[in-house]
Amino acid sequence: MTALLEIEHLSLSYHEPGGETTALSDISFEVQKGEFISILGPSGCGKSTLLSAIAGLEKPSGGSITFHMPPGLVGYMFQHDLLLEWRSVFQNACLGLQVQGRLNEETSRYVKELLESYGLGGFLSHKPSQLSGGMRQRVALVRTLALKPELLLLDEPYSALDYQTRLTVSDEIWKILRSTGKTAILVTHDISEAISLGDRVIILSRRPGRILKDIPIDLGADRTPLGVRSNPDFQHYFKTIWEVMQHA
Amino acid sequence: MPKSSPSAAQQDYLLRLASHRKRIRLARILILVVFLLCWELSSQLGWIDSFIFSSPSSLIRTGIDMLFHQQLLRHIGITLGETLISFIISTLLGIFLSVVLWWCPSLYEATEPYLVALNSLPKSALAPILIVWFGNTVRTTVITSILLTIIVTVLTVLSGFQETEDEKARLIYSLGGKKRQVLTMILLPSNIPVIMNVLRVNIGLSLIGVIIGEFLSAKAGLGYLIIYGSQIFKMDWVLLSIVLLCLMAVLLYQGLGLLGSRLSRRFSS
Repeated sequence: MTALLEIEHLSLSYHEPGGETTALSDISFEVQKGEFISILGPSGCGKSTLLSAIAGLEKPSGGSITFHMPPGLVGYMFQHDLLLEWRSVFQNACLGLQVQGRLNEETSRYVKELLESYGLGGFLSHKPSQLSGGMRQRVALVRTLALKPELLLLDEPYSALDYQTRLTVSDEIWKILRSTGKTAILVTHDISEAISLGDRVIILSRRPGRILKDIPIDLGADRTPLGVRSNPDFQHYFKTIWEVMQHA
Repeated sequence: MPKSSPSAAQQDYLLRLASHRKRIRLARILILVVFLLCWELSSQLGWIDSFIFSSPSSLIRTGIDMLFHQQLLRHIGITLGETLISFIISTLLGIFLSVVLWWCPSLYEATEPYLVALNSLPKSALAPILIVWFGNTVRTTVITSILLTIIVTVLTVLSGFQETEDEKARLIYSLGGKKRQVLTMILLPSNIPVIMNVLRVNIGLSLIGVIIGEFLSAKAGLGYLIIYGSQIFKMDWVLLSIVLLCLMAVLLYQGLGLLGSRLSRRFSS
């Protein structure tokens, strides 16, 4: 396996009149191609800041982020689906292409194919408000996938959904990402979610966020996010991580 | 909700709703009719001085008379034209300025105290100076009206921009977009309801501004008729102009409302 992304000694501080807040300090890790990484930490530990820095939305104060892939192949999934109500499902899915001025016959056919293969074929001209929470998340995913990203950054992407929908949606989206061989970094404060989705769980401390532990998760090759929850090893991982976080 | 055969209770509810609406509409008409009747009767019976308070019937007579002898239509047209011109200019210029201030936040920070001061200044206080500067012309009237509406337009649209969720702007940036796309793809469409509200407020304000301007400097228009009529003690003229202004305001507002509700529904999130 080859590293797709290398983060070395990354630190990031916010400056305000009242003082300086260190959000991240001395973060280093590598992401291999095709890996699904969960970054787990308590609320306000700077894990979203870490994703913003990787996405280039925020400038690090120190350290480096190196991509071993062409630029512009990072997709970002937000906490909310952020579908625009004045656009149809299809127009929402095309937003990224349109922003980059790459919307043409070929790319719009690709978006249609994606929507169709994720069960949204009959909803192209529907308004986002006419869709269920899970369907909305899939439209948001297609909007990201339409740009053919290599690396996906998932910022607590399902936290606005109710628990049951959330489990189903993360199962679905995990399978989509897995089957297309995408690399993904997920940020969450939910231990079960981190274990069930991740090949590795990186645990961050309270602010300023440092890496406490980097735990590889081995739950078999034929794992699925919903399936592994009943795996005996799941409880074992849960307990280990719980203890690390208690001493954070 | 299923489209076929609503339940009896639902049908009952719909019937009651329809009859309620009908009664409200009737009551509205009744209020107007009763008001006009009371006015007419009390002036006919000498309860009020018909020279000062006029009456509906004499207003109609005056209206017909003025239509032929005082170029009433021209006065209406001038007021309407001035209102529409200042409405369009102040709205477009106001939105443009709020885009500029959003684009350069430092410019907004620097100019904010002046904007707030200008906003709270009673603009009618400026009118006498404007007459000196721009003369006794239609231009003065239009400028008065624009000054009255533009600052509040800038501040309202700008605060709409500022209240738009940051996350949506971040979405555009994460998709590789620039500030220009945040403006055209997020801010403008998501603020259509705000802008429609501004339009509704502005049409009323423009009319007020035009009347202030005409009071002070005009040679024609409904505001001019009101001032001139009161000076030569033709209360019929004054009251008729006020009634016409009222009608004009309602029609302009309704017209915009129709356009507005359609657009707002399409763009509300």
